[in-house]
Amino acid sequence: MTTAPRRYPVLIALVLAALFMVVPFLIVAVNAVKSPAEYSANGPLGLPEGLYLDGIKDFWERVDFGRKLVNSTLISGSVAVLAVVLSVLNAYAIGIGRIRGRTWVLAFFVLANVLPQEALVYPVYYLSKQVGLYDTRLSVIIVFTVIQAAFGTYLLSSVLGQFPREVIEAARIDGANKWQVLWRIVVPVSRPTLGVLLVFFFIWTWNEFLLPLVMLISNDNQTVSVALGVLQGQRLMDATMTNAAALLGVLPALVFFLVFQRTLTRGIAVGAVK
Amino acid sequence: MTVTVERATNGVCEQGSSRRRKDSYTLFLLPGALAFLAVIVVPFLMNTGVSFTDWRGVGTPEWAGLANYRTLMDDSEFWASFRHSLFMVVAMAAVPTVVGLVLAAALFDFVGKHFGSRWAAVLRACFYLPQVLPIAVAGIVWSWILAPGNGSLNELLKAVGLGSWQQDWLGDPDIALYSVMGVLVWVQLGFPLVVFMAGLQRVDPQLYEAAELDGAGWWRRFRHITLPQIRPETYVVLTWCTIAALKVFGAVYVLTKGGPGGATDVPSYFSFTTFFEKTQVGYGAAVSTVLTVIILAVSFVGLRFQTRAEDAEDTVEGART
Repeated sequence: MTTAPRRYPVLIALVLAALFMVVPFLIVAVNAVKSPAEYSANGPLGLPEGLYLDGIKDFWERVDFGRKLVNSTLISGSVAVLAVVLSVLNAYAIGIGRIRGRTWVLAFFVLANVLPQEALVYPVYYLSKQVGLYDTRLSVIIVFTVIQAAFGTYLLSSVLGQFPREVIEAARIDGANKWQVLWRIVVPVSRPTLGVLLVFFFIWTWNEFLLPLVMLISNDNQTVSVALGVLQGQRLMDATMTNAAALLGVLPALVFFLVFQRTLTRGIAVGAVK
Repeated sequence: MTVTVERATNGVCEQGSSRRRKDSYTLFLLPGALAFLAVIVVPFLMNTGVSFTDWRGVGTPEWAGLANYRTLMDDSEFWASFRHSLFMVVAMAAVPTVVGLVLAAALFDFVGKHFGSRWAAVLRACFYLPQVLPIAVAGIVWSWILAPGNGSLNELLKAVGLGSWQQDWLGDPDIALYSVMGVLVWVQLGFPLVVFMAGLQRVDPQLYEAAELDGAGWWRRFRHITLPQIRPETYVVLTWCTIAALKVFGAVYVLTKGGPGGATDVPSYFSFTTFFEKTQVGYGAAVSTVLTVIILAVSFVGLRFQTRAEDAEDTVEGART
């Protein structure tokens, strides 16, 4: 057994390491509520003397942040729901229907999953221009529904492959058709897994950068990630504005994290082991 | 008796209709198949096709054969971007896997056992937090912290009397790549940690107890029990992280835009600028095709190791029962 005096140094080291991980968030929060005068007088490390919220308000109005939040929510929400539906349909055919050649179909989805977006981005950009979908939120929704469903299909197929077949057989004997079996039995029973997927798709889509950057050029359609990334890339922000931007970018992620923490940590484990 | 008969007839029916039944399940795959055709297959084939042309985004592409790939071979910018990819693999796969493994073991069987699982959960949450942050936001946070002049890191160094260590962290070509790597370690660390902690829950606690009774210290238990037991997770983590490292784009875009002077350019950023800034679409397509081939090779090797590790584990488990 380890003795008490030796235990605490390890705990302290771990706490310090954990602190190092969250310190950037704290510095950002502290500096976002400093006035520019205070910032230039005391630098980034001093504690704020009061609560100065004008920087955040200015930034919010200047980039029309509310609009960006709506866009991100709309895109991520639609993608999450549609991608789960698409994954369920695919996985139903592969995992429960056991269609012929399913190994190859599954291999295809795995491939689609690891494919770098760089190998798709230009044709997607070009084709969306051809069909009049360029610079619309719909284009991003369609593309990410498919990209996320690649992972969803891969994960759900192995989950549904272990679905108790007696249950399905029983329902079939009672006269349920395949459609009814899917919606009345398979979907309700798999709800926990679907919930994990929903959360993951939402957050992944929220955080996506390359494709939304290429596809959404007008201010009115941009997501939070793209708007902040582009602003940062232009190097036009002063310190207060940068911190306001960072804080407003961090907050939604923090909210998701606190709300979904259990789902997230459990889900990663499921996804990795499957 | 009746049950057997029923089952038998049931079996016959099933056999007779099984062909039809299997076929009608394919209908459920139809929406997915069409969507994947439009969004993945067609664009991917187009991209590969374009890589053999000198297309510039307008007009009819003209066949150029392997010209783009030959140019790549002599393009120092291209080689530099792939060399930087190796650094990204160190920052996003090697370091987070090793550090994540040690941290996970420490949190799981040290903090969890001596201080309670609440402590372990809170600490794990801290390490995982950067993972849910959009990379663009992480980039803003860090480029401000690493700013020259009065960036937080430089101010901190001055405050503790190490003023001579101050650097232009992202602006100095000799340092920028390492700064980006540091940020990526911070971003990535939570993923292996969480996967490993979940994996450790599978390990039979009796193994540790037996080893502890035999007088094995923490390090020996870690080497001889933890490491072999969570080998499948290690392969999964290494594969996923390596793929993620090869795909790095957002961090480079936001932190350095590949600069200064190409010091932090990576293949995905290189292909992005070739596509959209230089509009050499054919050449950009060739770069992204090479990247795709490398990523597919990595995934294939990773998957092989993973299934082999899982098979080995199944055999061990089978032998045990």
